[in-house]
Amino acid sequence: MTELATPTVRVSTRPAESRRDIGIKRRYAAERRFRAYGISAIVLGLFFLAVLLSTVIKNGYTAFQQTTITLPIEFSEKVIDPKNERATDPKQLMTANYPLLVRDALVKQLGLDATKRPLVKQATDMVSASARTQLRDIVVADPSVIGKTIPVTLLAEANIDSAFKGQIDLSVDESKRKVKDRQVAWMNQLADAGVLKKSFNTGIFSFGASSRPEAAGVGVALVGSLYMMLIVLVLSLPIGVAASIYLEEFAPKNRLTDLIEVNINNLAAVPSIVYGLLGLAVFVNFAGMPRSAALVGGFVLTLMTLPTIIIATRAALKAVPPSIRSAALGLGASKMQTIFHHVLPLAMPGILTGTIIGLAHALGETAPLLLIGMVAFVVDYPGSPMEPSTALPVQIYMWANEAERAFVERTSGAIIILLIFLVFMNLGAILLRRRFERRW
Amino acid sequence: MKALKLTVAALVASAAFAGAAAARDQVQVAGSSTVLPYAKIVAETFGETFPDFKTPVVESGGSSAGLKEFCKGVGEDTIDIANSSRKIKDSEIEACKAAGVTEIQEVKIGYDGIVFATDAGNADLALKPEHLYKALAAEVVVDGKLVANPYKKWSEVDASLPDAEIAAYIPGEKHGTREVFEEKILAAGCKAEGALDVIKAAISDEKAAAKKCVAVRKDGMAVDIDGDYTETLARIASNKSGIGVFGLSFYENNADKLKVATVDGVVPSTETIASGEYPVSRPLFFYVKKAHMGVVPGLKEYVEFFIDDQMIGPDSPLAQYGLVAAPDAEREEIRKAFEAGNML
Repeated sequence: MTELATPTVRVSTRPAESRRDIGIKRRYAAERRFRAYGISAIVLGLFFLAVLLSTVIKNGYTAFQQTTITLPIEFSEKVIDPKNERATDPKQLMTANYPLLVRDALVKQLGLDATKRPLVKQATDMVSASARTQLRDIVVADPSVIGKTIPVTLLAEANIDSAFKGQIDLSVDESKRKVKDRQVAWMNQLADAGVLKKSFNTGIFSFGASSRPEAAGVGVALVGSLYMMLIVLVLSLPIGVAASIYLEEFAPKNRLTDLIEVNINNLAAVPSIVYGLLGLAVFVNFAGMPRSAALVGGFVLTLMTLPTIIIATRAALKAVPPSIRSAALGLGASKMQTIFHHVLPLAMPGILTGTIIGLAHALGETAPLLLIGMVAFVVDYPGSPMEPSTALPVQIYMWANEAERAFVERTSGAIIILLIFLVFMNLGAILLRRRFERRW
Repeated sequence: MKALKLTVAALVASAAFAGAAAARDQVQVAGSSTVLPYAKIVAETFGETFPDFKTPVVESGGSSAGLKEFCKGVGEDTIDIANSSRKIKDSEIEACKAAGVTEIQEVKIGYDGIVFATDAGNADLALKPEHLYKALAAEVVVDGKLVANPYKKWSEVDASLPDAEIAAYIPGEKHGTREVFEEKILAAGCKAEGALDVIKAAISDEKAAAKKCVAVRKDGMAVDIDGDYTETLARIASNKSGIGVFGLSFYENNADKLKVATVDGVVPSTETIASGEYPVSRPLFFYVKKAHMGVVPGLKEYVEFFIDDQMIGPDSPLAQYGLVAAPDAEREEIRKAFEAGNML
């Protein structure tokens, strides 16, 4: 019986089983393939991220170090104020020949013959020309230093800095490089004496723009970016949220609102340079606002960020389940109360994410700033958003176009600073989202 | 929420203040990216030397964009100075006049040399305008007839040149440098090669013939660089046999990576350019609005400081950066012309 039955069972089950097998295998294979695609996409993304980050960090980490020369500077009265006029003429301290102080100190340190002018010139070229303002600031801040000898840490000139960091190929013929053999010898001599050394470069964060790489920093750009981010946040968040709440909750669904919605979606995809053109025409030329000011930049970036925020906010509002609205209305809440007490807090994490993505996008924009004059060389810190300033990505762009070798590392250094900024913004977004999510 | 309210209030207040903002207290400059590094050095030194004035703001963006901004009108929301790597065009002067900018002072600051360079590892290169014309023109003369450029290698152009594929990185159309390149190299080469006569025989219109002379081949052997010299340098680094066009100051800053070519046997240097021996150079200018002088604090002082010998003289920081100083007599003339208030 069993012997007879088995074949029949086999016959009857085999087609069914094999049919099921084929389907499962195919679907499993499809799933495996899809997983493989997904993993390879992620691996590819990670690979490019790794390449990008490693090149930026490899080129840029040296920008956070700066070669300095610490010299005992004698604030000689003979040089600074030979006729003792500083009490009556404060300008005397501003216009004194401070580079001479550096020269004298350096000549003494290196044991040079001060009468050999070309030699002395080569030596003083090793110290940044910003020493003049540095010493002036010391004397103006405290005139009592005149007559004393104080050790002052001066910046090394950019080429010496690059050479000391090993970024200049010293095997090339001397006439073809900016650092001369004699300067290299002095550099090593000073380094052996412990006078010349690398230290953390605080200047890259605090200095404004400069044509001298060693004295160039992103200070002004940081302040400009901060002003603009504040303006964008303060303007675009309330306007964007108000617009989306109205469109989502109150506005009737008709042709007009459909048209507005299509336009908002379109605006989100408009190239950012168009906003720059608009800003130039409306804010600078028509409203007469100042050129190169962070205020105008903030306005332009607000316009650019608004569509992103509106779209994100509307999506977040839509995602709040209708049952919440019905329950609130059912308990007698007005529509206003329903939205502001229940819907908006629930939508907050999504709104914040959208806002911070919009802000991060605005932080990295240069194109719209080009036309309103913010791609500029600005040395002085802006005291208010009305004064000329630049932005972080603009500083990166401008440094990338510089001819000097020392700007290469600074460009990557500025990129690192921008990336750190973005990481902090995104961290903030995550933290805020967590906090709001826990409440509900 | 309170903080937010306060910030909004502060912002509104500052925006309201903007309308009544007092006179702009620093000089605003825009224009040529070739002049930019020089203007930056002057602006920075000016700010350090005159603590009473703020450091001028220098925008980049190109000669044409700068002059366009300059010609927008007179007033605090317009720039004071336009840097330019070429002379202002008549059409631009017209546009300026139409917008009320009638008093323009032209100031020449010196000369800029344009050099041809290749990777430092290559053999010495001696170029002539004819070589570059033959290598890069869209159409060249072969056996007395005008044909599409058949040359693929430098050695086919001239036996003295290396046996490598033609690759030249030349400034894009929007650059002021392109004009100089066309005029001093392509047009000169076209004439020297005798191609101009052949073209003229075919087309009677003089202008069209000259235009044909400077037309660059579009088959990928001549690459337009719309960015800055840094991009050209990167292209040379990836294609070692390529030849790039650079400004003299850029080359001098990167002399360890590049080998400069002689043109007509002359090595480019500040001396050979100042003497006129090296053929490819151009004057650099800036343009000042006279109406802003005395209104914008520091404008007159900035211009005077710029044209002083301590800035544009032979031993000045600008000359050290790569500006070719104008001869002594010419610098004196520049200062006199500004002092006298000569206008265009």
